[in-house]
Amino acid sequence: MSRQKDNYENSWWLKFKRWVEGEIDPLAHGMETVRPDQETEDRRWQREKLLQARTAKERKSQELREALEARELRQYQKIYQVLSVLLCVAVSLVLLWTITYLPEIGDAGNPDNNEVSARYIEQGLKETGAVNIVTGMILDYRAFDTFGESCVLFIASCCVLVLLRMDGGSDGEKSGKKGASGAKKRMAETNDRLYEPKNDVILQQCSCVLVPLILVFGVYIVLNGHLSPGGGFSGGAVLGSGLILYLNAFGFRRTGQFLTEKVYRRVTLSALTFYCLAKSYSFFTGANHLESGIPLGTPGDILSSGLILPLNICVGLVVACTMYAFYALFRKGGM
Amino acid sequence: MKMFEVILLLGLIVCSISVSLTKDLLTSIIIFMSYSLIMCVIWVLLQSPDLAITEAAVGAGVTSILFFITLKKIKAIQKEGQDEQTEG
Repeated sequence: MSRQKDNYENSWWLKFKRWVEGEIDPLAHGMETVRPDQETEDRRWQREKLLQARTAKERKSQELREALEARELRQYQKIYQVLSVLLCVAVSLVLLWTITYLPEIGDAGNPDNNEVSARYIEQGLKETGAVNIVTGMILDYRAFDTFGESCVLFIASCCVLVLLRMDGGSDGEKSGKKGASGAKKRMAETNDRLYEPKNDVILQQCSCVLVPLILVFGVYIVLNGHLSPGGGFSGGAVLGSGLILYLNAFGFRRTGQFLTEKVYRRVTLSALTFYCLAKSYSFFTGANHLESGIPLGTPGDILSSGLILPLNICVGLVVACTMYAFYALFRKGGM
Repeated sequence: MKMFEVILLLGLIVCSISVSLTKDLLTSIIIFMSYSLIMCVIWVLLQSPDLAITEAAVGAGVTSILFFITLKKIKAIQKEGQDEQTEG
């Protein structure tokens, strides 16, 4: 029995089993183990030295390369500056050379002195009813251009809205759930709004006097567009800058009472839709030689020249709202 | 009148060159504003007052205000010691 046990203890199976279970090393007695002696340390030292030498060499070559690169960069920058100046001078010389070939201002034989402008000047007052011939051209003969321009403004404000809008800015819980980026955005927003009603007395007193004047001037330019210089675009820009001044002086809370995002959307869309429908109607009737049924009135009256006055108001509203929306979006990412 | 126009045009050239040569962004925006202002007077002299109104409102007003806000947002305009306030 004991012999059997001896046999079993020395058996290959047990050794294999123990080796599998990790109890003993089967090579423990059968192999000559090498102690970590002087030799290996020597070798390691040698290796380190080799490594150091190599890194030193590499560093030296890298420094050399960097110096070369820096010199190349400097040369490149010098060449770049010289080339840019040369390019500027060349382009301006070409432009000046072209200018010498332009006809003189006011020459009767100029190409712009053709039947189109003659028609505008002679028949403009009769056909559009606008005393200001420029508005007559912009909003009657070439109303489609103006429609495209207002649409471009609207699309630009949409792009700014897409790029700069902060989502869920006002209700904190929503943006808090959206994680770190939302919280960061909200923090930036509150940081900007820390200075919000600035209570700057000088600015507020000045804007108390200036804002009504600016707004009345803007409304005058818009409404008087067919009688005097101006029109929807310039009047709308004046109105928008007046609103921006008011916003700067009194903060978003005051302007938010009458100009929210909803108001902006409704005003802009209804103005553009009215413009589109009105001009489609007048183009349709004009192209088919029908009577449009829009009275032109007596030239010089405020209620005259047919569609030009409402179209001016539409363009003015779109431009003013867009200016304000640009500012509000840039400032705090919302209206 | 001719002299006045020449002075204005020279001012335009000086403004446009100095915009490209200034290192400070704030200064270049202010020069750009003055460029728009000179341009506005030139529009009046060229007998197009509606363009002058638009130039004054858009070029000198709204555009430079938008530039100022952008500079403030990217923190290119900073008062001294404002870092700690905004960080903290």
